[in-house]
Parts: sequence; structure tokens; C-alpha cells
Amino acid sequence: MNPLRLVRARPAPAFTVTVDGRPTRALPGRTVAAALWAAGITSWRTTRGSGRPRGVFCGIGVCFDCLVTVNDRPNQRACLVPVRPGDAIRTQVGTGHED
Amino acid sequence: MRTDLAVVGAGPAGLAAALAAAAGGLRVTVLDAGDQPGGQYFRQPAAELGARRPQALHRQWRTWERLRGALADSGVRVLTEHHVWFVEERSGAFTVRALLGPGQDEPADVHADAVLLATGGYEHVLPFPGWTLPGVVTAGGAQAMLKGGLVVPGRTAVVAGTGPLLLPVATGLAAAGVRVAALVESADPKRVAGHARALAGKLPEGAALAARLLRHRVRPLTRHTVVRAHGDDRLTGVTVAALDPAGRVRRGTGRHLACDTLAVGHGMLPHTDLADGLGCRLDGPAVAVDAEQRTSVPGVWAAGEATGIGGAALALAEGHLAGRSIAARLRGDDPDPAGRARAVRARETLRTAAAALAAAFPPPAHWTGQVTDDTVVCRCEEVTAGAVREAVDGLGADDVRTVKLLTRAGMGWCQGRMCAPAVAGLTGCEPGPARRPFARPVPLGVLARTRAEEPGATQETERGPS
Ligand SMILES: Cc1cc2nc3c(=O)[nH]c(=O)nc-3n(C[C@H](O)[C@H](O)[C@H](O)COP(=O)(O)OP(=O)(O)OC[C@H]3O[C@@H](n4cnc5c(N)ncnc54)[C@H](O)[C@@H]3O)c2cc1C
Ligand code: FES
Repeated sequence: MNPLRLVRARPAPAFTVTVDGRPTRALPGRTVAAALWAAGITSWRTTRGSGRPRGVFCGIGVCFDCLVTVNDRPNQRACLVPVRPGDAIRTQVGTGHED
Repeated sequence: MRTDLAVVGAGPAGLAAALAAAAGGLRVTVLDAGDQPGGQYFRQPAAELGARRPQALHRQWRTWERLRGALADSGVRVLTEHHVWFVEERSGAFTVRALLGPGQDEPADVHADAVLLATGGYEHVLPFPGWTLPGVVTAGGAQAMLKGGLVVPGRTAVVAGTGPLLLPVATGLAAAGVRVAALVESADPKRVAGHARALAGKLPEGAALAARLLRHRVRPLTRHTVVRAHGDDRLTGVTVAALDPAGRVRRGTGRHLACDTLAVGHGMLPHTDLADGLGCRLDGPAVAVDAEQRTSVPGVWAAGEATGIGGAALALAEGHLAGRSIAARLRGDDPDPAGRARAVRARETLRTAAAALAAAFPPPAHWTGQVTDDTVVCRCEEVTAGAVREAVDGLGADDVRTVKLLTRAGMGWCQGRMCAPAVAGLTGCEPGPARRPFARPVPLGVLARTRAEEPGATQETERGPS
């Protein structure tokens, strides 16, 4: 059983986004974080200080651990931002303003 | 936009209040950051995901159907994707300042004669070695991603911490196909039994969830705690250990459980930033309210978990009472006692149960003993427990504010929402009031425009992520 089957989901057609340049399928209606989890990715940021990996922690926009670069805009909270067709999602390094 | 009542938060509390106030003849506008009404408890997947049986992830679906139907039949206006960063009072009228959409850079204001704060809460998580590893999520966060995104974080999970939220999270994950290796609860079930009378209404629900856990073959480990999460770049397992009656880890009881997900939580904390910004009196960590759910600021009401953690049913009862009170007070009347009696009784019973649950599920008394010096405590600024201890023992800091100034703990993106209780615990004091000027990060451009419009507006800024 997976969550989609549990609720008998019939999602609208998936579309393609890129994750660090790799084409990845994503379902409409998901957040960037949910799309990344569905693709088996759980970390998409490294911290400013010690460069440690982070991903979702609180899941509701409070902790800012899930920051990510979407379409060249750094510091987006992946757990709040809806994923859109063609999004270029990039692992964020530090403040995201360094590259 | 103008309205009689602006409600911040479309969870059970805000929706019940909006409906009661609208039934009393008010024009009501509800603002919520989410993309749909429902709040945490009634969180739903987006329509594009086409869930034909979303109730498979819910326990009180009929209550939701009733609320949703009543909302559609009411004149209540719901503004989703409105992140409220500040509520301003001037001569008894209010301006609710919001930022639109996930980008949160476009302002939108609502003007109202009265405001209800129904902002709910967020999860309280105490630190332990490894808690910053990807794969470690809050229990509520796992639930929110499951209910809203129809995703699970991995294949094998441990659900750990303390409090009543762990049970629905473990059953939800198990139903969605995750192997739940263990439910690790630090409290002693005997303490729950000790509160049996106060919890009478809650016990059947807990028992039903516990039975479902057994059906999914989930092993409950009570009086146990996670002492460390393992992994290099990603969680690979946890060490759990037994606690003695005083709440100390029993030596030699540690054992390793392999997992790729740890869903962890130690209860909930109320969201009080907007109330604080308005000058409402706080009562400990929650917004203080009277019998009608009025705050100490005239024209401002509060309901639900912002006024104290107690679950969705209590949030509904409080919201209903607040809505009735607002409708009556704006007309210049006293609320009609006859119509309120049932909700008042429900509120009393549920508050008693909430207090009993809080007493039955305290965080382990000696949790700081598990926090090693190299454990990151402030996740945003990467401040370690060692740095906090050095500020206390070496530099003589004896309150959270001084520790913050010396170490930067709590000065990052989340403004201490995640680390405040931990920093206070390590400092050896009670967490103080947070004093965040704004409830959300605000782009400086929006602030500048706000100030140009209205001289005398707030001068402080919170550092945002952009
Ligand atoms: C992540 C999480 C998951 C949870 N899951 C469960 C569960 O599965 N089962 C359970 O029994 N309990 C759960 N709870 C507990 C739950 O919060 C309460 O029982 C119940 O939802 C409280 O109702 P409420 O109306 O007080 O607040 P909520 O339901 O939390 O609603 C508050 C609303 O206010 C909005 N809001 C807050 N601040 C702002 C702002 N500044 N601007 C705009 N909008 C704002 C939020 O978006 C939210 O929709 C969960 C809690 C959390 C934090
Ligand atoms: S996971 Fe906490 S803000 Fe996104």
C-alpha cells in the first residue's frame, strides 16, 4: 500500500521538473518537498556553517530547514511552495547567494 | 478589503468561530497561509491529486464534512495563501497585514472591527545527537506531508518522543505502507491510567488507535527514549534506551533499530506572535483569554491551540464560543447564555482532559543529560549545546536572552521557534516570551511601503530569508 492507493488517488498527469539538472517526474498539487520525497530525495540543502545536509523537518513552514533554490530563487521553503511544470529545482549551498 | 471580523487561521478553531459569527449576522473574512481551509487536523491533499477517499487518512471526517458544508452555505469569505505577518490596531480598528502566495512578497491588507487569532500551534522537539540528519522529521510534519502531499519519507520509520500525537502518526504511516519499527514513548502508561477519569472521553480514541497499531504489528516501547540518531548524510538508524522512574536513561539498555525515518515530537507549542505583537497578555506559552475567549486587548479574541494545546475538538468548542461572543459584542449585547451552554460544558471537559494529557506526557525529566556538547541545538545558526553550556558556565549567562546574544542561538531564520525550549532547558531557566516583531519574514520593500503609507508603523525588522 502506498499513500496514493490508500486514498484511491487519481492524480492529474505528472509533469517534468529538473532536480540539479536531472529530469524528474512530479505530480501536480504537491509541494516541492513532497515531489522530492516522492522521488526518493530527502536532502536538498547544505548549511552555511558546516555544510551539513538538510531537508524537511517541521513540514509546515516553521523551521526553515527545507530551503531550496527554485528557478534561480534561493531560500524557498520547499514544504510550502507548490511544484510547477518545468521548475528547475537546485540543491541550495549555504545562503544560496554564493554561486 | 473591509470586514466586520477578520479570523486568522482556517483550522477547526477559526472555522467554527467564523461560522458562529456569520450566523450572528457578521461579515466574516478568514485568512490562512495554507492553500485550503482545514488547518492541521483537517489538512487535505490538493484537488489535482484526485484523492477519492481522503477520509482514509482522517479520524473525524464527518465533522469535516459538516464544517465544509456549513462554510459553503455561509457568507464567510476564505482567503487562502495569505500569510499574516502583523495585525495593527489603531483607535479600535484593525488592519490585518498579509503577504500573498508562496512567494510571500506581495502585500494584501484586510481592515476589520474585530480580530480572532486562531493560529494553532507547532511542534515542540527537544534536541538529541543526530536530530539534524535528513530523515529525522517532526511527527506532525510527517503527518502533514502524508495528509497534504500523499507522500511518506521512507520505508521504515521509528515514531518517538512523547504525547498523544504519536499514536495517529504511527497508525497513519503504517496505513500508508511504511513499516513502523517501533513507537517509542518516554512517558509511563501508568501515569495515563492515573488520569483515567479526566481522560474518560479520550480513552476510547486512544484505545482504537492502539488496537490499529497492534494490527499493523507496531511494537510500542513505553518509558523508552531515542538517545541518538545515526547516519552520515542521512538517517540509517536510532539507538533507543529504557528510562528509569526518575526519567534517566538506564545504563546498558541501549539497542539499535535500523530505520530511514524518525518521526519525533515532544508535544506542541502555541503560535503567539500575532497576539504578542498586538500586546495581548500571555499566560505561560499561550494567549490568555477569558470565558468568552477575549484576549486582554479589546476587539481581539483568540481560540484553539493558540490559547493552549488541547486538540481539534477543544479548538472547535473554543472557536464556537468566540464567534458567538464576537457577534454579540459587536452588536453591543452580552452573549446569550442559553445558546452557549453546550459548548461551555464541552470546553470544560476537554480542557480538563488536555491538562491531564499534558501531565501524563511530560518530556523526559533528564533530557539534557542526553544532549552531548557537539549536538547542534539551534538548527538555523548551528549553535551547539557545548557553546550554550560555555555561555552559561564560562561566561555567566543565566537567561535565554543573554545566551542568544553570546551564541546567536535563536537569531536565525526560524527566530528561535525550534530551539527556544532547548536553549532554555540547557540554560536552566524557563523559556521566556519570544518577542518576535513579526509572525513571518517580511521583505524590506513591503515594510518600506507600509511605513511610507503610515508614519509611526513599527520600526523593527526581522531578518527574512531573502
Ligand atoms: C504539523 C502538525 C500536524 C498535526 N497533525 C495532527 C493529527 O494528525 N491529529 C491530531 O489529532 N492533531 C494533529 N495536530 C494537532 C492540531 O494542531 C490540533 O489538534 C488542531 O488542528 C488545532 O486546531 P486549531 O484551529 O487551533 O489550529 P490549526 O489546525 O493548527 O490551524 C491554524 C491555522 O492557522 C494558520 N496560520 C497560523 N499562523 C498564521 C499566519 N501568521 N498567517 C496565516 N495563517 C496562519 C495555519 O496555516 C493553520 O491553517 C497537528 C499539529 C501540527 C503542528
Ligand atoms: S520543513 Fe520546516 S519550513 Fe519547511
